[in-house]
Amino acid sequence: MSSYSVTEPSRRMKWVAGVLVIAYALITMVPLAWIALTGFKSPADAISYPPKYIIGSDSEAGFQPTLEGYVNLFTTRTRQTPEFLDANPPETWADDIVRQYGMVIVGPSKFGERFLNSVIIGFGSTFLSVFLGTLAAYAFSRFKIPLADDLLFFILSTRMMPPIAVAIPIFLMYRQLGLSDTHLGMILLYTGVNISLAVWLLKSFIDGIPTEYEEAALIDGYTRFQAFYKVVLPQAATGIASTAIFCLIFAWNEYAFAVLLTTANAQTAPPFIPTIIGIGGLDWPAIAAGVTIFLLPVMFFTILLRKHLLRGITFGAVRK
Amino acid sequence: MGPGTFQTIRAQDMSERTIDRVAAATPTPVARKIKGLSDRAIAWIFVGPTIFLLLAINIFPLIWTIRLSFTNYKANRVNREPEWIGLRNYERILTDSDIWLNMQATAHFLIWTIILQVLIGFTLAWLINKKFKGNDLWTTIIVLPMMLSPAVVGNFWKFLYQPQIGLFNYIVGFFTGRDPSSFEMLGQVNLAPWSIVIVDTWMWTPFVMLICLAGLRSIPDYIYEAAEIDRASKLRQFFTITVPMVLPFLMLAVLFRGIENFKMFDLVVQLTGGGPGSTTELTSINLKREAFEKWRTGYASAYAIILFVTVFGLASIYVKALNKVKER
Repeated sequence: MSSYSVTEPSRRMKWVAGVLVIAYALITMVPLAWIALTGFKSPADAISYPPKYIIGSDSEAGFQPTLEGYVNLFTTRTRQTPEFLDANPPETWADDIVRQYGMVIVGPSKFGERFLNSVIIGFGSTFLSVFLGTLAAYAFSRFKIPLADDLLFFILSTRMMPPIAVAIPIFLMYRQLGLSDTHLGMILLYTGVNISLAVWLLKSFIDGIPTEYEEAALIDGYTRFQAFYKVVLPQAATGIASTAIFCLIFAWNEYAFAVLLTTANAQTAPPFIPTIIGIGGLDWPAIAAGVTIFLLPVMFFTILLRKHLLRGITFGAVRK
Repeated sequence: MGPGTFQTIRAQDMSERTIDRVAAATPTPVARKIKGLSDRAIAWIFVGPTIFLLLAINIFPLIWTIRLSFTNYKANRVNREPEWIGLRNYERILTDSDIWLNMQATAHFLIWTIILQVLIGFTLAWLINKKFKGNDLWTTIIVLPMMLSPAVVGNFWKFLYQPQIGLFNYIVGFFTGRDPSSFEMLGQVNLAPWSIVIVDTWMWTPFVMLICLAGLRSIPDYIYEAAEIDRASKLRQFFTITVPMVLPFLMLAVLFRGIENFKMFDLVVQLTGGGPGSTTELTSINLKREAFEKWRTGYASAYAIILFVTVFGLASIYVKALNKVKER
């Protein structure tokens, strides 16, 4: 070796560290892999003992993959008489699957609706949080605001309240304003919850942009407002995008407010998924399918965000 | 349209340019006043909506909760006029032995999740910082659980914890030789408190790990080089350099986890629903029962205020300690 560094770990150390970390990563993935797998099992295979984990094998530990869980997740079905089944041959592959239980598909389930609610409320509140948050963060970063530190701490401290504590008066307030179980009500609520994150995070990003550019623009005759959206915004684009993803994930994952304040019209997916019932109890393959569909976008966004993850989860307190 | 019109336009053009030139020549604060709104006005226009929303969604409800906490209001009986009962709700809560049991359950959950997450999280960060090949990829994989919806995580762990059919029992049985149907993680009084600790640790260890990793990466190489010249042993370097320099980061991680787990609701409510009995009934779950099942709105409001004051008080003391550590 030509250069020797005392801070460079030895090759053996690296190897040991690598093995241990990879082992941890694999163990941590087992529950997620298991859920993904369960989504492709039949209800009987899902609850068999010993567990079945080999796809497509005829051995004791094997199971034949099926889309039954996904079909059950998206449809409502009723039992029919053999005469009816004989008279109406199955039309689609999904029909084929439910026919083996003597059932027919009568329509879509509520999952699609709930999922769409999650999308509408998630994106709506994300847009509002990031829009308002960017303005506030810019003001906190660039202007002298009286009591700025206290205001910022106040914004953060709103996150310390248990959601249930906030939910009691919100419940009463929304009941009077007619906002209970509406998309608008949930969007405003999630914005109120997420705005503290958005302000802190965006402030940490905007603080990182040198003020010289704006000053140059102001001297060139831009108004403050023009300098903000022509000079600062483009430079803050990465920060804004990652803040948006964080707000989206938090709104997407939220459960406590959703379960307390929505019942049908504006209910999101998290309170709905655990209630999926099949024949004789919880329909685990359908639940697993719903969980998989619900979690995949978050995983995708997490991988997209990995460079800014730390900053996001610590409200901009820790930057790499 | 005569030539005169043209003249006027040109003149206006000229005068605008003059303003520009004047603006450029004047000191910036004055220039800003000439062109558009003053900074102060912009600052308030920018901050205003956020403050308004926070007032409407967070502060107004808080004040309302405080008011309700002095009454015997019940939200399911709208027509009954609430009575003002002073501090009686607070008195009742603080002398209720059941609530102290909920507090104990919360403390057990809080303390063990923090201990486990700090130990495992720090170790992982330390190992990842050995910079083996592909450490970025594995870090990303490890981080995945913490971004998922806690309620949904609770829901599918419930499936893994099922006695007889669950994967968790099967794996434990496989390694220890115990019969997988001989124990119920969620159904047994002695195991249920640990079942929620395990899931929270699975989910949130990556959070502590990420913060520790940032701490480890913030230590400059030259400190270790200097220690090496002084012939300090690796173990000594670890305890005199690595640990003290990561400590502020670690304390920050503990603060975040502490606040989050003190108000823990969604994960545990999906997993155990507070049971069996009330062994895993954390304060938030109990609060939800009082407020939205028993509909004792006034009582629950007082409870909420007590919880909020507790978190806020503990967090403030902790932040002071954290700042002292940072100053060292």
